[in-house]
Amino acid sequence: MNVLERVGERTSAFFEYAGGLTDLTASSLSFLLRARIRFGETVAQAYLLGYQSLAIVLLTSLFTGMVISLESAVQAVQYGFGNIVGTAVAYASARELGPMLTGIVVAGRAGSAIAAEIGSMVVTEQIEALRSMGIEPARYLVVPRLLALIVMLPLLTIFADVISILGGAWVAKTYAHIAYADFMQSARTGISMMDLDKGLVKTLVFAAIIALVGSFQGLRTRGGAAGVGKSTTGAVVISMILIFIANFALSLIFYGASA
Amino acid sequence: MPERVIARLEDVSLAFGERVVLKNCSLDIVEGAITCIVGLSGAGKSTILRLIDGLIKPSTGHVYVRDQDVCHTSERELNKIRRSISLSFQFAALLDSLTLGQNVSLPLVENTRMAGAAIAKVVDKALDAVGLQYAYDNLPAELSGGMLKRAGFARAIVTDPELILYDEPTTGLDPISVHMITKTIMRLRERSSGTAVVTSHDLPSIYMMADYMAMLFEGAIIAYGPCDDVRKSQNPIVQQFLAGEEAGPIPI
Repeated sequence: MNVLERVGERTSAFFEYAGGLTDLTASSLSFLLRARIRFGETVAQAYLLGYQSLAIVLLTSLFTGMVISLESAVQAVQYGFGNIVGTAVAYASARELGPMLTGIVVAGRAGSAIAAEIGSMVVTEQIEALRSMGIEPARYLVVPRLLALIVMLPLLTIFADVISILGGAWVAKTYAHIAYADFMQSARTGISMMDLDKGLVKTLVFAAIIALVGSFQGLRTRGGAAGVGKSTTGAVVISMILIFIANFALSLIFYGASA
Repeated sequence: MPERVIARLEDVSLAFGERVVLKNCSLDIVEGAITCIVGLSGAGKSTILRLIDGLIKPSTGHVYVRDQDVCHTSERELNKIRRSISLSFQFAALLDSLTLGQNVSLPLVENTRMAGAAIAKVVDKALDAVGLQYAYDNLPAELSGGMLKRAGFARAIVTDPELILYDEPTTGLDPISVHMITKTIMRLRERSSGTAVVTSHDLPSIYMMADYMAMLFEGAIIAYGPCDDVRKSQNPIVQQFLAGEEAGPIPI
């Protein structure tokens, strides 16, 4: 196969993937808008994909907030800017790190779980069985996962923002002797509700990416256990890449040149 | 009275890349009759069932169910057609996160507005027909291969469909279960429009229930007609297959 043929094949595969993902997105949104939702399953998925990710999200955010504070607090105090450490931690957490880290952690944990579960169902003919019963896999499987993540990811992000700021406050107090009250006052003045809202809007997009890419990867699984593994890896990698791209695009829209 | 055709394959060919699975196959599924499809493993028997159910599309040709071309129908329309068809999978394909009772009730829960109590009654009846009433709350992972197969069978019959497609319903079952499944297929046929298409290798069971028989060989239907006529066929391939002999034109 020559280079041109390879390029052609890759291009065709890319558009086939993009088309399939768009199709799944459209049909899932259509079911969602028509309120054809399995509420029990959505709650179960919210527990599995959201609540069970809470510990790892908190841990990651705690240490990230602590690192930002550590890197900035000592230096800032030395140069007489101790009053901006709270702002720096809160600003970074609410605008970027909270939504991004939560998105990445949940993509790794929940995105892979979605792809693996649906992929296993494909190789054991369960998806074919659903279709043969006249049950749309998009409605039965994808919509509950999509809705669960759309609800849970912003909640996880709020927890992530809070724990990150608290971790930052503890480090600032311990290593730079910045009082909690001063840190919190600085944090409050540094960010607005608008910053928090924009961060949460980002997480809605990330939630859709994780649920839809994970489901789509699962649904296109071929070839037994090895295929499930491949789909799972693909779900995490593609979700993460799309989250980074979406994050940049949304920052550009929300903050423009002022970001 | 002329026989009515419920499903029809018209000059259907199917290939996956270089591999040809079916070649110019035409087949009429007669309403109210049991049509058995026989052939070597990998001959394309299960593929025919999936074509009728619209799960795969042919490369060329047409598949009609009640005069509707399932090859050129939207997924939404196809879902409506599928509610009058059931496919009993070779390996049951039960949803492993649901109990046996939930699996069997799934098509009723999702596709009808029946009340819970009415669904439970119908599900009990379907499980009773395959002798699995006691396993209502078991997960598929807790069932044996034979029980799984019978559970898949129960899910296929629970909606009382016009056309049931059985993919190797008796393979891997003990003789008593084979007899029970064969009798159940025959009993269901006795309803007004209980049509069945069965793929199987189990010749005694086929002879017991089949009204029509088709034989697939190398992707083509080489014999089709009333069961007795096919059994008397002079085609050496059919004769070798039905006699189960090693010597003959079928390459082993």
